[in-house]
Amino acid sequence: MTAPNTSTSALITASLRSRHAAEKRFRAYGIIAIATALVFLVVLLSSILAKGYGAFFQTQISLSIVFSQDVIDPKKTGDGQVIARANYQKLVRNALQARFPHVKKRREIKKLSALVSRGARRQLQAMVANDPSLIGATRRVWLTASGDADMFNKGAIARDIPEKTRRINDRQIAWLDALEESGALRKRFNVTFFTTGDSREPEQAGIWGAIVGSALTLVVTLILSFPLGVTAAVYLEELSVKNRWTDFLEVNINNMAAVPSIIYGLLGLAVFLNVMHLPRSAPLVGGIVLALMTFPTIIIATRAALKAVPPSIREAARGLGASPVQVVLHHVLPLAMPGILTGTIIGMSRALGESAPLLMIGMVAFIVDIPQGPFDPATVLPVQIYLWADSPERAFVEKTAAATLVLLAFLVIMNATAVILRRKFEKRW
Amino acid sequence: MQFFVLAVTLVVLTGIGFFFGRSRALASVSGRAKNLHSLPDYYGWYLALWCGLPSFGLFLLWLLAEPYLVDFLVIGQMPTTLPGGGAGSLDLILSLVHSLAAGHPVPGEVTPALEEAADHYNSLRQISFAGLAAAMASLAAAGLAWGLRRITPDMRARNRVEHALRWLLVASATIAVLTTIGIVLSLFFEAIRFFRLIPFWDFLFGLNWSPQTSIRADQVGSSGEFGAIPLFAGTLLVTFIAMVVAVPVGLMSAIYMADYASPGTRNVVKPVLEVLAGIPTVVYGFFAALTVGPFLRDLGMGLGLDVASESALAAGGVMGIMIIPFISSLSDDIIVAVPQSLRDGSYALGATRSETVRRVVLPAALPGVISACLLGVSRAIGETMIVVMAAGLAANLTANPLESVTTVTVQIVTLLVGDQEFDSAKTLAAFALGLVLFVVTLALNVIALRVVQKFREQYD
Repeated sequence: MTAPNTSTSALITASLRSRHAAEKRFRAYGIIAIATALVFLVVLLSSILAKGYGAFFQTQISLSIVFSQDVIDPKKTGDGQVIARANYQKLVRNALQARFPHVKKRREIKKLSALVSRGARRQLQAMVANDPSLIGATRRVWLTASGDADMFNKGAIARDIPEKTRRINDRQIAWLDALEESGALRKRFNVTFFTTGDSREPEQAGIWGAIVGSALTLVVTLILSFPLGVTAAVYLEELSVKNRWTDFLEVNINNMAAVPSIIYGLLGLAVFLNVMHLPRSAPLVGGIVLALMTFPTIIIATRAALKAVPPSIREAARGLGASPVQVVLHHVLPLAMPGILTGTIIGMSRALGESAPLLMIGMVAFIVDIPQGPFDPATVLPVQIYLWADSPERAFVEKTAAATLVLLAFLVIMNATAVILRRKFEKRW
Repeated sequence: MQFFVLAVTLVVLTGIGFFFGRSRALASVSGRAKNLHSLPDYYGWYLALWCGLPSFGLFLLWLLAEPYLVDFLVIGQMPTTLPGGGAGSLDLILSLVHSLAAGHPVPGEVTPALEEAADHYNSLRQISFAGLAAAMASLAAAGLAWGLRRITPDMRARNRVEHALRWLLVASATIAVLTTIGIVLSLFFEAIRFFRLIPFWDFLFGLNWSPQTSIRADQVGSSGEFGAIPLFAGTLLVTFIAMVVAVPVGLMSAIYMADYASPGTRNVVKPVLEVLAGIPTVVYGFFAALTVGPFLRDLGMGLGLDVASESALAAGGVMGIMIIPFISSLSDDIIVAVPQSLRDGSYALGATRSETVRRVVLPAALPGVISACLLGVSRAIGETMIVVMAAGLAANLTANPLESVTTVTVQIVTLLVGDQEFDSAKTLAAFALGLVLFVVTLALNVIALRVVQKFREQYD
């Protein structure tokens, strides 16, 4: 009787080492898996932060601009139109030549002018328009540097790469160094980036247009998907009897949640643009498409919130003589509202990050103007990121990453709001 | 702006209806609300519905029908030739008239006839809008008068309002059905038009994909071949790479969090993993295209391998990262749902934790895990932005993950972004691809659902 037992326990003891080793290994796999996922997250975020951080600052060049009467308004008309149309680029060029008098050749002068942004003339134009007494005066003005000069100043273009493959040549570097030495080069917070629309020139490109477009799109999405989603969920969860029709509805809603987002873009293109002739690139259409995508999310969140309200509330209300509709509208829905709002915010944050369907309905156009309403052509933040990521210029990489940071900041704010809302109002029954 | 005014008017009319209904009901019982059948507000709502609903219905009808009606009337007196003199299709001229009427620049010279048509179009639209406003106002007034007459102390206002409300709820739930129908119909009809140009089997089993159709017959290098096999192969390759990354990492993290991690660790790690799920796909695309792609290329160069800068590996790998939280949170739910008694039984027999997980918990959770993986595959197939930004455009039929491949979603985007003429096989092909995508993802979701329903063990 004891003999087999000892041999079994001997077997077990013998195998114990390898079993425990296997146990340790398995545990290690789990830790490795989680660590891998976390490392991915950290690498992703830090690489974007490292790339985009620079775009929040902008290089500026100080030049002593002579607002010469001969260039701005040679006939002394004093006419605002004439002053607005003057050749301000020439003022910049003259100032640069005055700063570097030994530069004489046409090609050299062109290279020199390329250090200052083409937007500088608009800056000067605005200065003169605000204060016409400037004409004839000389002022030190901080002008925006061009994208390449900006990249060089931030160290994104290295000195040691061969001149031929560098976007900025040796002479230009020498000039920039001279400016730096005399204190005529500085880095300042990039206001342009947050106040303007898209541009072909990286140093003038901004995300304000995309932010406004995103906001308009989300407003349309919210106006459509919130009431529709909540009412549909109330119907399915509270006021319907389970039958074939509601089963069919459920299947459709689950199906809607599983359809790839790009299919919604095709739907928008075929139905809203080609059949209904709604305007292309408009936040209105983008908002409708995103509303259809958000609809199932809101339904699912609302149903979960309604389910969390205990039946005793309903029974008490019924007992006091409320009709089924009154039970829902007066008691269950208000109690479920924090949960519904949390789900809605999460749905909206997903809609904010969505871009694939918007490509289909033409929200990828190059749009400089800030959209004024839901019918104007617009683009949204994620699509702007996509557009800039496609640009070959080095300076746009920085802008792309910075726009990504702004988008992530918005998402963090929305999700944090949702979490706080949930913590504050969620009731444990 | 016009619509805004209309909407405000509608809201104001409804508000007036509410107010009138309520005061009328109260007046009918000389202020003693307990003599009414329903609470006074219900009479208000009753009248508000009579006021607002018919006009709102008319408004919706107008939105759908108006463009067609106006176009139909404009076509009657439109020039039939293009400004250049060439004969243009009706659609083309109509779109010229539309953009002229909206004040957009139009290509080519504008003939007086065209301008006249545009003016006609604009005046028709103004007339129809004025007509709509008048009709809505009179409908609202009629509803008001009709409803007011029916308000009596013993009218069952609450029941009527609740009845109407139920129908409104049903209507919004029906949006889901309408959307599904819309998707199916729009994909189906455009795809049918495509298959009239390109035979179905050539599309499904053709080995060459070069959708650049030639504008002139003598152009070179634009064969216009629509064989989708290279796209399917590319999609499968990228999806496979994504799953190779996502399934082991996602599943192992789920197991660790469900069976090993302390509650404290779990409460920290789980939300952090969810952050990965909240990052927009365009951000992953940017990461894949500008960080991972070049990194892999340089790494390959160091090892003496030829890695394309838009390799399938970069796109698939980053897509895998995106799907990790999807797999892990779904699997986590399922593993946690396996009853503790099964684990306790296994421990009692002397099994270690890992043995319990592998021999007891995982087999019990298998249907759910498989279903999670299928849903992950469906996500990967339908994912667009990562591949648009990080995968190539050229259709290579290859199984080498270091080469550049293209996918179904990339092609849909490239075919439809940019100039569009809706008669070319090129744009219609996007809808055929969309139909394939829709059918495949739908099938995967249905299978995932069935797997769970059919094979799940019922524990109580």
